[in-house]
Amino acid sequence: MAVATRREAAVETTASWRPLDRLALVACWSAGMLLCAIAAAIVIFMGYKGLQFLRPHLLWERPLADSDQSRSGGFLDPLIGTVALTALGTLIALPLGVATAVWLTEFGRPAPLARAVESGVEVIAGTPDIVLAIFGLVLFQQSFFGFLSFTAEGNAVFGRSFLTAGCMMALVALPFVVGGTREALQSIPRHVREASYALGKTKAATIRRVLLPASRPGIATGTVLGMGRIVGDTAIVVILLGATLQLQRVDGPPLIGDLRGTGSTLTSYVYNNSPAGEGNAPEKAYAAAFVLLVVVIGLNLVAGRIGSGRSAWKT
Amino acid sequence: MEDVIPPVRRIVVGEPPTVVPANGTTPARTALTVRRRSRPPGAERMRIESLGVAYAGKPAVRDVSLTVHAGEVLALIGPSGCGKTTLLRCLNRLAELTPTATRAGRLTLDGDDVDALEVTQLRRRVSMVFQQPNPFPMSVFDNVAYALREQAARRPRRRDLAEPVEDALRRAGLWDEIHDDLDRPALRLSGGQQQRLCIARALAAKPDVLLLDEPCSALDPRSTAVIEELIVQLASELAVVIVTHNLQQAHRIADRVAFMYLGELVELGPVEQVFGAPRAARTRDYVSGAFG
Repeated sequence: MAVATRREAAVETTASWRPLDRLALVACWSAGMLLCAIAAAIVIFMGYKGLQFLRPHLLWERPLADSDQSRSGGFLDPLIGTVALTALGTLIALPLGVATAVWLTEFGRPAPLARAVESGVEVIAGTPDIVLAIFGLVLFQQSFFGFLSFTAEGNAVFGRSFLTAGCMMALVALPFVVGGTREALQSIPRHVREASYALGKTKAATIRRVLLPASRPGIATGTVLGMGRIVGDTAIVVILLGATLQLQRVDGPPLIGDLRGTGSTLTSYVYNNSPAGEGNAPEKAYAAAFVLLVVVIGLNLVAGRIGSGRSAWKT
Repeated sequence: MEDVIPPVRRIVVGEPPTVVPANGTTPARTALTVRRRSRPPGAERMRIESLGVAYAGKPAVRDVSLTVHAGEVLALIGPSGCGKTTLLRCLNRLAELTPTATRAGRLTLDGDDVDALEVTQLRRRVSMVFQQPNPFPMSVFDNVAYALREQAARRPRRRDLAEPVEDALRRAGLWDEIHDDLDRPALRLSGGQQQRLCIARALAAKPDVLLLDEPCSALDPRSTAVIEELIVQLASELAVVIVTHNLQQAHRIADRVAFMYLGELVELGPVEQVFGAPRAARTRDYVSGAFG
């Protein structure tokens, strides 16, 4: 009986609250509901438009420059561009990010240097992508980086290619990889590291065999979040990938020649086909935007799934 | 003298603590059937000479000298912060991982200065089990095989590791419970099983000395009883040094007991003597429950 009374008392009602506090609670609740409604509106609107205009052939037809929308093709090239650029950016960001996080978490000496590295990552995370893109263009137009893109007659380096855009996209994803890896490493109790040392293992072996495998879900979550950012980025695509409608390869061996060439992604395709862009084909923009949204939401769902349901150490 | 048990203090929230007289039988004691006493002391394995440890200049262990023998369980007891865990962590040079720690004195393993030994080699011979069960996030098999897989060198095949892994799991008393599925993730085992897995993992490297830092403090009484039996069995093959807060546990499993207080070794002697006829006043107060 006594227990039951206590339980009832534990569920506090707002009846005794001051009116202002009650108003604040309503405001908090409304803010959450509003965000829910906005998210639902985006998904429902894009879903409706997308399903209205998305035709399967759009996914495997190459885009063509034609003012007649029935003859301007699909968005195969931007789709390939999105996949290629994301893969490239991730491939660069993953080892770089994991290495940075391992050094910061497991070594991090001297402390001022570690703080400098931390700030560096924060600066990269805070830099607007348009700034990264402009900086990348200036950097990769130097003749030293000519091998990454197309070099015109007179040794003018074009600077725009999958490789150069991929390098800058890696910086977009990097902070997420570093963050995810650091968080995972920091959540491993110190006695787990010591248990490995106590078995006669070196620090290197401990990192390789215990810490990194244990951090895999965190690394994966950070990577997938970073991939989502690459998929959704537009500025770097427009400035550094050239945003050419079709994939434009340059001379070179297969794959290398393609990666040194330019292209576009779903984001730049949506931009160019929106009323703001040159193509002005809103139907195709909606269809591509729908595909883009599905990819990004899918990546976020994957990120949410990876971390859940794992057994951890008893504390 | 044989049956002297330290008093048990039962504390019930909301009531004043009741002290149960020492001559009552406690359930934990009856649960333990394996109890060997008066083992002849084996060969000396480790020797600690005037060990002093300080953290950032603050002394944690002062001028401690003792020996560790094969075939015995040496229990380190004392109140929190008395330096017993620090002493334990010096034996496999794990204390060096604390950046502020400084050490004085000499430690030897079979006559060799531990500082002269390669630290990874030392830790294979002086293995350790921790307070919290901490299996690695890999399969049961891989946990036990972990110490056997040489770093850098090519990984030995699983077939070659199967026998030593089974041997270690048998010695840790875990084989019968889990042999049907060695590929299950180690973190899915129960707490008691995890701790025995950690013991198996430590035994796989065939150490000469096994260090245990309050190995039962995170476990329930049943798992504790199982591990205590295991420790007593293991002591026939190697030297065991155990840090424990639990005086009953020290009494049940130890051959010799070292009582530490404020970083000093106050008393060291056979378990019957330390609990039955302590020479130092502080030891008497501690084992009778006056402080701690």
